[in-house]
Amino acid sequence: MYNGGKIIIGILIFIGLVSFPFLYSGGKATAKPDPKIDSPEILKMPENERKCIESRAFMKKEHMKLLNDWRDWVVREGNGVYTNAEGKRYTMSLQNTCMKCHSNKTKFCDECHNYAAVKPYCWDCHIAPKEKQS
Amino acid sequence: MSMNRREFLKITGISTILGLGGLSAASGIKNLVEAQQVMPNPEALKAKRWAMVVDMSKFKTEEDYKRCIDACHQVHNVPYVTDNPKHEIKWLWKETYEHAFPGTEDEYLSKEIKELPFLVLCNHCSNPPCVRVCPTKATFKRQSDGIVMMDMHRCIGCRFCMAACPYGARSFNYKDPRPFINAEKENLEFPTRTKGVVEKCTLCYERLAKGLQPACVEASKGALIFGDIEDPNSEVRKVLGSRYSFRRRPELGTQPSVYYIF
Repeated sequence: MYNGGKIIIGILIFIGLVSFPFLYSGGKATAKPDPKIDSPEILKMPENERKCIESRAFMKKEHMKLLNDWRDWVVREGNGVYTNAEGKRYTMSLQNTCMKCHSNKTKFCDECHNYAAVKPYCWDCHIAPKEKQS
Repeated sequence: MSMNRREFLKITGISTILGLGGLSAASGIKNLVEAQQVMPNPEALKAKRWAMVVDMSKFKTEEDYKRCIDACHQVHNVPYVTDNPKHEIKWLWKETYEHAFPGTEDEYLSKEIKELPFLVLCNHCSNPPCVRVCPTKATFKRQSDGIVMMDMHRCIGCRFCMAACPYGARSFNYKDPRPFINAEKENLEFPTRTKGVVEKCTLCYERLAKGLQPACVEASKGALIFGDIEDPNSEVRKVLGSRYSFRRRPELGTQPSVYYIF
């Protein structure tokens, strides 16, 4: 093998770099995100009214697309009211509808977004609910 | 590793068929939201084309201007930037006669008119030059009521619209506006803006949607008259039909929707 020593050293450095993140975290996975839906506003509601605008599965999977549609419908088309699958009506507004219930932004939004390393720029403009430091 | 042409085509064919399955996943929201619908708020104020009349005879003291400007800037979280006049953000502001109506200032114009500050805002032109130049359609004219809107989600901060607007009605956020907003008076129901977007008066589209008059009109005690200019029975039409009115730079053909009377 030509230059065998250099190649082996190179391979060892490469393996070291690639495996560094795993060794650094001690081989354990990062804690799974645990988003909370127990904001004071939600806890205040009677048990049978604690429902989001759409089903839980839908919101989990599609909330980003829904919000994207909402902003176009409200800002560009001037439609402000959303009728959900059950026929209930809601004002389409991140700040005034979503976050009025989900006032725990750090535990509700950031928990998963940080884990998934997605950085939606909602809060550059929209004012996040004021959370009490606990 | 060798593969003949026939095998290669087989594999591409099969993977294309498998790939088509992915399409249905991408169109998920369409299927799920199909049964639902959106509509305007039933309480919303409606018009074919909104217009405003500024009755300058009712602006007598500093307080008359301040009331309207403060109402607007508070409701919309407009930052109060003082350190650099070029960074100033304004939706509704005072302008001297020669700046508001350039080319019409005569040598012997009465001192009162020459020195009277005019209340100016976005003219919500029916032929808006800012809309023509916007490369992302972030600013657009609402077909339903003629409001020249800003979609902050789309603005890329190119400032073409600022160059195009002959009225200087647009302000650019050179820096993050948040530190310049008074936290106590902040309106938590309305967003702020971010660094790098252009902003201007939106004729309170968010208040109209709730059935409220624009904030400045509400605060003006009758000095600002607001209504549908295409409705012959509206208040604006009655005022314009009975008194002499003028608009800013009509020679440009932008057809402003803001009228001034004395």
